[in-house]
Amino acid sequence: MRKLIQNTWIWLVLFFMYAPILILAFYSFTDSTMIGSVRNFSLQNYVTLFTTPDLISMIVGTLVLAVTVALLSTILGTIGAIGAFYSGKNSRNFIEMANQIPVVNADVVTGFSVCILTIAIFRIAKESFIPLVIGQTALCVPFVYLSVIPRLKQMDSSIYEAALDLGCTPAQALRKVTFPQILPGVISGFMTAITLSLDDYFIATYTKPATFDTISTYVVNATRGSQTSIKTALWALSTIIFLVVVLIVFFMNRNNNKDNQ
Amino acid sequence: MKYSFSRKQLAIPYAIFLVLFVILPLVVVLFYGFTDGDGNISFHNFIAFFQSKKTVGTLLYSLVIAVITTVICLLLAYPTAYILAKFKVKTGPAMLMLFVMPMWINFTLRITALKEILDLLEGNLAMHSYANTIICMVYDFLPFMILPIYNTIAKLDNSYIEAAEDLGASKAYVFMRVILPLTLPGIVSGVTMVFLPSMTNYVVLDMVYNSTYIMGSLIGSYFSSYDWHNGSVISIILLIIIGIITAISARFTETGSRGSKRSAIN
Repeated sequence: MRKLIQNTWIWLVLFFMYAPILILAFYSFTDSTMIGSVRNFSLQNYVTLFTTPDLISMIVGTLVLAVTVALLSTILGTIGAIGAFYSGKNSRNFIEMANQIPVVNADVVTGFSVCILTIAIFRIAKESFIPLVIGQTALCVPFVYLSVIPRLKQMDSSIYEAALDLGCTPAQALRKVTFPQILPGVISGFMTAITLSLDDYFIATYTKPATFDTISTYVVNATRGSQTSIKTALWALSTIIFLVVVLIVFFMNRNNNKDNQ
Repeated sequence: MKYSFSRKQLAIPYAIFLVLFVILPLVVVLFYGFTDGDGNISFHNFIAFFQSKKTVGTLLYSLVIAVITTVICLLLAYPTAYILAKFKVKTGPAMLMLFVMPMWINFTLRITALKEILDLLEGNLAMHSYANTIICMVYDFLPFMILPIYNTIAKLDNSYIEAAEDLGASKAYVFMRVILPLTLPGIVSGVTMVFLPSMTNYVVLDMVYNSTYIMGSLIGSYFSSYDWHNGSVISIILLIIIGIITAISARFTETGSRGSKRSAIN
């Protein structure tokens, strides 16, 4: 009886979390313009999604931005973490403290403050994409840093010393000894940066060029009344993103299980 | 003189980046918040904020929204996390994955999906804009509450519970005096992860056609009118609230609040 109540609860919460996405996915394969009215099977939404120049450039732009920001954040965060880990107490404390700011800060405040700094003080044009990349990078680097530091803590420092004794230069030892050991942290930091950039609305909206849209800003504008064909094409986009996330999670889990065995 | 490389030097680029793009923006916000249009130091912006019924009302309204959203998330998340943590070693983490996965789907698309459902059920979204705002926020933030609570319950040492039961404590007593205090760090970090976004994520309100303002919307509207001074005032007030929340949560948890935001990936 207790088991039954527990299972019911779990399924109800899962239903709340997934029903909207799944129902929308179902209707994305029909020619309905609103959910609830069943019509015929159709791939029109997917055709619209991949043939409307606006939508394609928005999707490609979002992905290019996410990869750029994630690469920058990963490089900066990884070398920053290595540097801070071997620095003196004071400089390390300073970096740790400053690193925590974007983590706890509200994204609205991060976006707004980076916007004033880059646009009102430094006078960098939004059209250069520089404020946008800086803003999102400022949000993402701390998470890369936080995922690399634990790996450095776990590492056996005598291996690095051994490499030096055996004739490696410090740069070689870093590349061939330290880096492979912290790689899992670097990869998970990169993934975190990608998801943060893809999910970001607030920093993008304050710092992006007027003519550029990310998925988030595009969707929010689309809800303020727009063509029905665009609205339903976004259902198709949401379905594709859902499937991609499911696949990534599935393969990550399979790899983890393999590692454990 | 020979240049010698040391690992410490790798910290320099990141330290410069942090000073330029994390600390300096906040200094600029402080400057704009405490100056008037001519660059003179003035507290006028703050006095105006606390004298205007509209802005103080917005502050209170966002606090109410944030408290309700956080409480509902907690009531949904705690039992969920508890049941998941008691699952078998193999199925527990896999099931947790299901609850955390929505975090990685763009939140505007997820809210669009929920909005379509609510539209169908209610007919007119604007009729219940307040309830819809809460529903959408809970939907958006629930995974961020489940994850940290699950992590603390999964680490819970069962021998404490058994000891309490052996000593004759009732089930309710064990929960109130043993389980709840031991899982408090998870609750606190979940609360900090939900509370702040509920005060600031005004996109959710926009999407369900709720025309009421929360603190985030004020920044948005000052931003659109290039009013850096008042936008900075709101940012500073939010920063103070963030400071208070962080100070409270630091007493309960070792790591910062959103540090666990993406810990499921690791």
